[in-house]
Amino acid sequence: MNSTGSTTANTLAREQKPHGQPLWLLAELTYKCPLQCPYCSNPLDFADTGAELTTDEWISVFRQAREMGAAQLGFSGGEPLVRQDLEQLIAEARKLGYYTNLITSGIGLSAERIAAFREAGLDHIQVSFQASDEEVNNMLAGSKKAFQQKLKIAREVKAQGYPMVLNFVTHKHNIDQIDRIIELCVELGADYVELATCQYYGWAYENREQLLPTRAQLERAERITNEYRETLKAEGNPIRLIFVTPDYYEERPKKCMNGWGEIFLTVTPDGTALPCHSARMLPIEFPNVKQQSIEAIWNASNGFNHFRGDEWMQEPCRSCDEKEKDHGGCRCQAYLMTGDMNAADPVCAKSPDHHLIEAARASAEAEHPATAITYRNERNSRVFARSG
Amino acid sequence: MNAAVKTDFRVPVLGSLFRFQWEPAQQAYVLLYPEGMVKLNESAGEILSLVDGQRNVSAITAALREKFPQAGDLSRDITEFLEVAREQHWIDYR
Repeated sequence: MNSTGSTTANTLAREQKPHGQPLWLLAELTYKCPLQCPYCSNPLDFADTGAELTTDEWISVFRQAREMGAAQLGFSGGEPLVRQDLEQLIAEARKLGYYTNLITSGIGLSAERIAAFREAGLDHIQVSFQASDEEVNNMLAGSKKAFQQKLKIAREVKAQGYPMVLNFVTHKHNIDQIDRIIELCVELGADYVELATCQYYGWAYENREQLLPTRAQLERAERITNEYRETLKAEGNPIRLIFVTPDYYEERPKKCMNGWGEIFLTVTPDGTALPCHSARMLPIEFPNVKQQSIEAIWNASNGFNHFRGDEWMQEPCRSCDEKEKDHGGCRCQAYLMTGDMNAADPVCAKSPDHHLIEAARASAEAEHPATAITYRNERNSRVFARSG
Repeated sequence: MNAAVKTDFRVPVLGSLFRFQWEPAQQAYVLLYPEGMVKLNESAGEILSLVDGQRNVSAITAALREKFPQAGDLSRDITEFLEVAREQHWIDYR
């Protein structure tokens, strides 16, 4: 056996194995946001990043990604409404043939702007809520007016004929109101409802003790969601309830982003291209759309090739008969919890670090003093930027 | 037997959540909806390309018969597909 020979053969096999097309482009237009949600998916040190891409730079990204096969385009942030050129970006994207999604908090949106987006060709609006209850919503959003504004905007979105997704990030503070959340969504006429349990990266990881629900809370919420599904279906209501469980209560990890560099392409406000919107935290140098074409980024950059295939895996993943199913789980979670981005995702019961997940579950059961939540804002972000 | 010859006057329309289009990069018709996409196989794509809110089911069947004369009797396949498409809310009837 010649180990060099076999490595070469493996490398060749990997190079020849085709990866997917970037079907989904997430355009994080800005990190600016009027809200301060403590589970924001933006990086902790967002205040420390470079200048935002210009209108023309974004349009060039859209054109290149469309040529590569991208069909879905999400306008996200931060709060994408902050960009004054959003109408123009929507119009260009629609002209290129994208299905265009606006992912917004609704803060800063008006009936006039919703109509202008329609005119520009926007296909769908997703409005995020923090809770079904005004007080909890505003406490989590860090804003006193957020809830009423969101209700107003959700009604306007439907009145103007858009498909509407309502997104509730669920956690310890709101998951027990799941019935009221669902009823609010039905009342607002949502087409899809995402009841998405917090994913513990970035800001949410900092606030995990305050956010992770107990297993009993989660099971109750899932049972109630299932009951609503049946009742609503029986009533002939086509609303779809999508319940996303936190992987902290699983014994096998999720297949991160359906495979690293297989479907998703995120471009951040400063042009950094990522295989997943959390990946910026990893100690990998990611390419930037200002320096490289999307084609080169997707097919040839080290950042996008880093976790393609299974060469990078170590035990217990390498010899695991389930490795094709989950690819060792989430790289960011492995890095965040173990300090080693090549480790098995600790969610996996086979991982030697699985006790970290079990400790978090145990901590969710315990009473915690109401320690301050770390809100996602510029001031807190600069603290992370300095210490990072 | 001859149920198939009866005219089916129902007029399918695309569901309001969906956009139907040809994707050059995939060489396939797709249905796009909020944050998702269904890649359609060739026959599903051909059927949906004729769903325009004007043609009824029989007109769609006739158009496909003309386009694919060698394919034989398509009416049952078309009815079955439209049934599935309706369950998925891809189409509705006017």
